Amino acid sequence: MLRRRLNRLLGRDERIADRRTIYVGHRSGSTNDAIIPPKFCDNRIVSSKYTVWNFLPKNLFEQFRRIANFYFLIIFLVQVIVDTPTSPVTSGLPLFFVITVTAIKQGYEDWLRHKADNEVNKYPVTVIEDGRRIRKESEKIKVGDVVQVEEEETFPCDLILLQTSRDDDTCFVTTASLDGESNHKTHYTVPDTGRDLESLNATIECEQPQPDLYKFVGRMHIYTSNQDPAMRSLGPENLLLKGATLKNTQRISGVAVYTGMETKMALNYQGKSQKRSAVEKSINAFLLVYLCILVSKALVCTTLKYAWQGTPGQDEPWYNEKTQTVKETNFYLKMFTDFLSFMVLFNFIIPVSMYVTVEMQKFLGSFFITWDKDFFDPEIKEGALVNTSDLNEELGQVEYVFTDKTGTLTQNNMEFIECCIDGFQYKYRDASSELDGFCVTDGPVSKLQQKAGREREELFLRALCLCHTVQVKEPIECHDQGDGLMDQVDGLEADGQETSSLQEQRGFIASSPDEVALVKGAMRYGFTFLGLESKTMKILNRNNAVEMYELLHVLNFDPVRRRMSVIVRSKSGDILLFCKGADSSMFPRVRQEEVERIRMHVERNATEGYRTLCVAYKYLSAEEYNQADKGLREARLALQDRDEKLMAVYNQVETGMSLIGATAVEDRLQEEAAETMMALQGAGINVWVLTGDKMETAKSTCYACRLFQRNTELLELTVRTLEDGGRRREKRLHDLLNEYYKKAVLDAPPVKGGVTRSWSSTNQDYGFIIDGATLSMVLNSSESNSSRYKNLFLQICQNCTAVLCCRMAPLQKAQIVKMVKNSKGSPITLSIGDGANDVSMILEAHVGIGIKGKEGRQAVRNSDYAITKLKHLKKLLLVHGHLYYVRIAHLVQYFFYKNLCFILPQFLYQFFCGYSQQPLFDAAYLTMYNICFTSMPILAYSLFEQHISIEVLLDNATLYREIAKNAMLRWGPFLQWTLLSLYHGLLFFFGVRFLFSNPALQDNGQVFGNWSFGTIIFTVLIFTVTLTLALDTRHWTWINHFVIWGSLAFYVFFSFFWGGIIWPFLKHQRLYFVFANMLSSVSTWLVIILLILLSLMPEILLTVFCKPRGSNARQRKLVQSSVGDLQSPRSSARPLLMRTFSDESNTVI
Amino acid sequence: MMASSYNAKEEDGHHSGAASHGGPAVAKSKKPDNTAFKQQRLLAWQPILTAGTVLPAFFVIGIFFLPIGIGLFVTSNNIKEFEIDYTGVDLDSPCYSCAKNFSWNSTTPCVCTVDFTLEQPFESNVYMYYGLSNFYQNHRRYVKSRDDSQLYGDLSSLKEPSKECEPYRKRDGLPIAPCGAIANSLFNDTLDLYHIESNGTVNVIPLVNRGIAWWTDKHVKFRNPGGNNNNLTVAFQDTAKPVNWRKPVYELDPTDLENNGFVNEDFIVWMRTAALPTFRKLYRIIHKKSSTTPTLPSGRYVLNITYNYPVLSFDGRKRMILSTISWMGGKNPFLGIAYITVGSICFLLGVVLLIIHHKYDNRNNSADIPS
Repeated sequence: MLRRRLNRLLGRDERIADRRTIYVGHRSGSTNDAIIPPKFCDNRIVSSKYTVWNFLPKNLFEQFRRIANFYFLIIFLVQVIVDTPTSPVTSGLPLFFVITVTAIKQGYEDWLRHKADNEVNKYPVTVIEDGRRIRKESEKIKVGDVVQVEEEETFPCDLILLQTSRDDDTCFVTTASLDGESNHKTHYTVPDTGRDLESLNATIECEQPQPDLYKFVGRMHIYTSNQDPAMRSLGPENLLLKGATLKNTQRISGVAVYTGMETKMALNYQGKSQKRSAVEKSINAFLLVYLCILVSKALVCTTLKYAWQGTPGQDEPWYNEKTQTVKETNFYLKMFTDFLSFMVLFNFIIPVSMYVTVEMQKFLGSFFITWDKDFFDPEIKEGALVNTSDLNEELGQVEYVFTDKTGTLTQNNMEFIECCIDGFQYKYRDASSELDGFCVTDGPVSKLQQKAGREREELFLRALCLCHTVQVKEPIECHDQGDGLMDQVDGLEADGQETSSLQEQRGFIASSPDEVALVKGAMRYGFTFLGLESKTMKILNRNNAVEMYELLHVLNFDPVRRRMSVIVRSKSGDILLFCKGADSSMFPRVRQEEVERIRMHVERNATEGYRTLCVAYKYLSAEEYNQADKGLREARLALQDRDEKLMAVYNQVETGMSLIGATAVEDRLQEEAAETMMALQGAGINVWVLTGDKMETAKSTCYACRLFQRNTELLELTVRTLEDGGRRREKRLHDLLNEYYKKAVLDAPPVKGGVTRSWSSTNQDYGFIIDGATLSMVLNSSESNSSRYKNLFLQICQNCTAVLCCRMAPLQKAQIVKMVKNSKGSPITLSIGDGANDVSMILEAHVGIGIKGKEGRQAVRNSDYAITKLKHLKKLLLVHGHLYYVRIAHLVQYFFYKNLCFILPQFLYQFFCGYSQQPLFDAAYLTMYNICFTSMPILAYSLFEQHISIEVLLDNATLYREIAKNAMLRWGPFLQWTLLSLYHGLLFFFGVRFLFSNPALQDNGQVFGNWSFGTIIFTVLIFTVTLTLALDTRHWTWINHFVIWGSLAFYVFFSFFWGGIIWPFLKHQRLYFVFANMLSSVSTWLVIILLILLSLMPEILLTVFCKPRGSNARQRKLVQSSVGDLQSPRSSARPLLMRTFSDESNTVI
Repeated sequence: MMASSYNAKEEDGHHSGAASHGGPAVAKSKKPDNTAFKQQRLLAWQPILTAGTVLPAFFVIGIFFLPIGIGLFVTSNNIKEFEIDYTGVDLDSPCYSCAKNFSWNSTTPCVCTVDFTLEQPFESNVYMYYGLSNFYQNHRRYVKSRDDSQLYGDLSSLKEPSKECEPYRKRDGLPIAPCGAIANSLFNDTLDLYHIESNGTVNVIPLVNRGIAWWTDKHVKFRNPGGNNNNLTVAFQDTAKPVNWRKPVYELDPTDLENNGFVNEDFIVWMRTAALPTFRKLYRIIHKKSSTTPTLPSGRYVLNITYNYPVLSFDGRKRMILSTISWMGGKNPFLGIAYITVGSICFLLGVVLLIIHHKYDNRNNSADIPS
């Protein structure tokens, strides 16, 4: 830890330099300079927190930083120091137990970390030093070392790729362990480093370590004798990350740039941000109340004590003299220690064990999510994943769901549907229907049965074949690994709709599934992409001739530009730029006269829920190319602001293109997406769709998922509606917001809270649509209006059944989540997404859920829970969330209840013992009450209780509303429980007290003393508290039976045992045969039975009087409604309406 | 990522075969087991409390409790109890002078006699209690002021009593046996009972001082030091008597070796601290002699009190109680009344519930038909 801090400190110092210089192979760049080897950290990964010798103090320190532990420590210390009624053991033992268990757990975890660290740090690697290959331990690698890595090995540190065994200067890498993307990524050697590493004399300048896996900026100076140093730019494509695995490449060599804790992997390793659940906040509030009760009790007792002692003869009667030391103590000090003693006596009201039990419940309870076989996805062979168990109950409290569209609502399983070339629609029907694979259907421009010129067709298809970053998977591997793994992205498709011609067996690897869909689409039309070999792209055209294009530049895709381009040189020497991208980003950059023809197609496709891309091209003259080439190279070499510079060049190059056509790719809805959304809305959850996609596509998805229904009135607040009026945007925004506010909020019938809001068709449903640009206007408008707009916006949204936010940047998604999270009533939010662009909102929301989708694992890594399919969200919230909430809420209430009625008799007894802090119960009972006698039943309850069965919960989403807004942990139920415990406490004490008005309770005339008194109360207490729980248990598994009856039996057994022996080494034998003697008295039996029955009475009456109407009726209603549900037709996952609509339009024309 | 793989290991360790939390690194078969436990589908009994199920219970409770309550009440009422306060607060009370002139240092005991009349005869065994009021035997300082191992006969504790006994631990350098406030304040009034027959003859009523303490206390928890040493004087040598005692512990009952020293039953009874500031402790038992004559026939009695125990300083009271005993112990109407009340409430509730249940059921049925 210290070292890491030190390093971080040093790192900050270094960062002033802003860059680091690395001498490849520790050879100085220019010969006259002596090397001053810069200090970098070694290649040791230290993820462990403790060492053997600092474990104890450090661990203890960390544990006592928790407020609860600290409180108990204080109580313990008070007991040790001050003369207190209970021995320090009573609170020391539980505390010791808790601390020890936690320490053991943490120690074990740390030991595992040490082991894993050692595994990594001691891993043998090959380092080339002065031409010799030396085996070293991984931790001995220094920055600047040249490291050799074999196939299937992981990289021991971040390396700049210098040399590879492949001919095309590339190597393949899989970063599955870093971000979960299992596809092979291509990395390139630094050009011109030469074949001879021993003579390579170069320095690398690169930025200081930073955690972004996909960013790297650097520069390499290569010194060759008698020449000016050559300079090469370095980017992420040259950087091999620690933790990634080398694939398909025999051997590579690279120079270490970042080592140890400075590698990107280590920098990315960080503790999850601590999310606290609402239940925990409730617990803290209740704790505060109980602390107040505790303090006031102590104060009352202290005051009364001194008042009582004031009357003569009471303070120190002749039979009970004080010791000399007590007499000499200062009066006020005595008063203070008396106060402390009372605190100690009553401290059990705040139980240590509650924290332990809550933690255990959360930890063990979360296993039920991972064990749930309904969450298992046979395709990726994984079930749900729980990253944090702290938030289980939060799943039952969700009020807002923010969902991503692509990959979450939709499958991110792209299928090429149709394209349009020069305004003519080409719809691919089936491979067998037409010989050439082309089928020209309607052009809505009414040129029936016409085709675009063959030249344009081919240009379009070439564009599709060239403008991408798809790689062809090695055919050898195809044979090795069989069909299942043939293509990484589409291989998961189980329906086998792919034709199995030899050509199509070709596997494609790409970071985005759209690209694969497009390349495959082109393949159907006869243009097959054969692969990229040393900067040459090969295409098999329709005439089965191979065309070669030299790849000059790739202008990568980024979400801001929303397009990508390639610059290629054809055989004939023409230099072409192909560009594809979203319509909004393309239309301004092409010649306008072409736009209209295509726009219709694009918009129609978008309304059908397809993802559309426009394709454009332009010829570059040699001069233009040279300029662009220069610009690109310069920008790539820039060390600072490289991204901005690149962007500028890209924007400059990608202008004046001519549009060839557009493509439509279908992204299917997730299974049961509509049902899931319906269920969520039925559960009273507001669903917001946050997507980066365009409005039309997103809207159609919303319709398909039934988020918007046919009768939903859409309130649009987008750039389009803002420009409609022709007035100033600001003004228009203001007007629209007010108008919508009036419509949705003011005119809507008054609603009682969020819970009872009706979702039936009697009310007008509203859907709200906003886009990114407008949202930023709302959020960032002039100071005075901003908060007002925000407020209006929020209120409108809260009254809408669904909200769609399109064209969102990732950060905007988080902004929205944050805004809702901090709005009035601080509702619980849940974000669900599958891609890296959802990470920000997943982290921002109260509960973040990642979908193990195709866009890598970043969302999953940052989520609190990960599921495989959207449909699982329904069960996760409606069943698991509901149950966990009910369980933990009951657990918390019960804990406070049982401790209050445990301590109340103790408090009342003070009035009868001269306020002398005499404990009512024996120390053993005080200690064991929470640990042994009453802990297991509630733990079992909180793990297994199903007050409503899983099926009913699944079928009746409305049940979720019953627990909304923390219903079971509000002050109402808390007061109810508190009253119950007051009643119990008073009953126990006074019942036994009246019995003891004549302490001769045995049939031989002998009398009972104070310990019998306490033991009778304690017995009643144990039985009542346990049976109260039994009454609340609605789901008795054998475990509940075992634990409940077992605890009671254990109590009886323990009492006999504890009182059955004269305990050696114990000062007191107070309970010797007290319990047995107690049971020999008939009166005691009778009073115990009476008191138990009497205390259970209110609970029974309450359930009988209040619930049966509700629960019986409900149960009946549930049965009916579930029957009704079955009858209602299951909606198909496909957007039925849309499909028929589009099909019709096709056939009519 | 590092963390996730640790997680996987850790949880595998805890729950072998629990294919779960693993990060992407763990690539075993992750299909969750389809067991009832893991799927939360364990067979379960799902009781629902309704008026229908609770009703019989209420009636049963009512039916059981009422007779028990009546039985208890009758039993308690049949118990004969006579109580007399002999503290001597009032001027005209016989022990007034003893109470007033009490001094710890007086060598001659003050004796006073109280006359009383029993209206009804006490038929079975009669138990004689002394009762103290406003005496805080349950005060914390007092309760803990004892040394159980000393009383258990432990020799080292005899010589070196526990610190809890302060300030009654040592006296003039010698350890006090028995130490502590409880022992020190042993109730040492002597009560003797005489029956005055109608002809004027005074009969001593034999008071038995055995069987008044818990058997386990007498035989296990309390032991004289040195085991079966017959000579208690030797066993207790080099110890001091408690400050307020008139005689050392080995002279508590010189007539009976089994009842002397720590195992003296009066002492043991006293050592069991009372629960409440007003309490009674068993003093003597008057056994029934023959089946024909009552143990204590009605008539005039004289209670002879050797007044050693001052209570006026802390405004306490002393009582002598004569009581018979039943299977439920001493006289206490509370239990009987409580049982009768609860029983009748249950019965009443049962009736109310029955009515509600009946009405509700009808309503429910009629409501069900149209739907």
